[in-house]
Amino acid sequence: MGLKSRHLLGLEGVPREDLELFLDTTASFREILDRPIKKVPTLQGKTIVNLFFENSTRTRISFEMAERRLSADIVNFTASASSVSKGETLKDTAKNIEAMKIDMVVMRHSAVGAPHFLTRCLNANIINAGDGTHEHPTQALLDMYTIREKFGRIKGLHICIVGDISHSRVALSNIYGLKTMGARVSVCGPATLIPRDVEKLGVEVYHHIGDIIKEVDILNVLRIQLERQAGASFPSLREYQKYFGISRERLEKAGRPITIMHPGPINRGVELSADVADGEQSVILQQVLNGVAVRMAVLYLLGTKN
Amino acid sequence: MTKPPNIIIDQNGFQRTIARLAHEVLENNKGAETIAVVGIRTRGEYLSRRLVEKISEIERRKVEIGFLDITLYRDDLRGKLEQPILKGTRIDFNVTNKNIILVDDVLYTGRTIRAALDELMDLGRPATIQLLVLVDRGHRELPIKADFVGKNVPTSEGQEVRVHMTEVDGEDAVLVVDVA
Repeated sequence: MGLKSRHLLGLEGVPREDLELFLDTTASFREILDRPIKKVPTLQGKTIVNLFFENSTRTRISFEMAERRLSADIVNFTASASSVSKGETLKDTAKNIEAMKIDMVVMRHSAVGAPHFLTRCLNANIINAGDGTHEHPTQALLDMYTIREKFGRIKGLHICIVGDISHSRVALSNIYGLKTMGARVSVCGPATLIPRDVEKLGVEVYHHIGDIIKEVDILNVLRIQLERQAGASFPSLREYQKYFGISRERLEKAGRPITIMHPGPINRGVELSADVADGEQSVILQQVLNGVAVRMAVLYLLGTKN
Repeated sequence: MTKPPNIIIDQNGFQRTIARLAHEVLENNKGAETIAVVGIRTRGEYLSRRLVEKISEIERRKVEIGFLDITLYRDDLRGKLEQPILKGTRIDFNVTNKNIILVDDVLYTGRTIRAALDELMDLGRPATIQLLVLVDRGHRELPIKADFVGKNVPTSEGQEVRVHMTEVDGEDAVLVVDVA
């Protein structure tokens, strides 16, 4: 009974029962966010370190809110203002922090596998808040929860992830999680931004939105990173927007409403037009609120696990 | 050979006890106008539904009902072998200024009620909270007292009080069993 692992490093290999436990538990925490006092004493006395080696405002704030709402004590660590600039290794940084008796670590790092490495040197529960271009499990969980909240299920739905798949940890975690839950998953983007052999994960690959628009229930639109343009993965933002931007005209070709998701921050007018981002089919703001609830559920399930 | 369980309340006794408790609640609160019932999950939920059914029958009016999951407020989350599954709290009305009838099946150490009180107070400011239990088995560890009691059942620590309800167990009964 209970979760298979005491860490959350990714959704690869996480069994369906564990995913369902995360999602079911999230519902209870979502209710707390509607109360006048949005706090429960559950993790009182637990110390959680937010170890963010990469810049992140939204994910860090979301985790921080989740931790505070659970009454945990928080320590924030941002790489720039730290001993990392003095050349301290990751292992030493972590061991030094653990020496101060912390219980859980939420980590974002640019190196793939960094949180996995930490599980071998620390006793604390480790939660991956994004490791390079690999996984971002809590984002995928909140995406899945938002889908289940709107549709009542995940199995049998068709979700298409649009954008820079090859550099997206959001995409990969979503692919693992959604496939485990029995959804149909496809990816769509320029060939330069879709990893070779991604079909081996059980996803369909498309290079034109028009080819798939009539068959999707949900579009999860990824942020196109301006830095990629400099690396010549696509000629210009304008061209990306012309072929892959989600606009009202593109959506109308589906002939039925399609739910729009985006992990944020949005480049309005590039991957999503402003009216679609703010339209009735967009669940982007629900994703944000669900993100706090999902993270509360993850912290609770791991934090109370023996 | 294990001793057979002792039946403290049988099917008929169950209905009569609920009826009596309903009348006591109405007497204490001068009717059903100002009250709302909150059941502590899981068995408190079924019990509270029965109570509300009876009260509505007597007074011919609807009474608000909600359900509390106290898991997040427990004082023993660390050191539990099994991870408690959350069922969720569902209270769709404002508890502020209401006389809340808090319902649970068995009152024992009082820790569950302490957790329920903390959670209720986080939801608003009730006018009063009155505790209704089907069985009080003694052995309080906190200064908690029930306002309405179905039956006082003195027990030893090696015993368990089991409340069966038709919705879950196929019958209505209260049993005392030896577990030590």
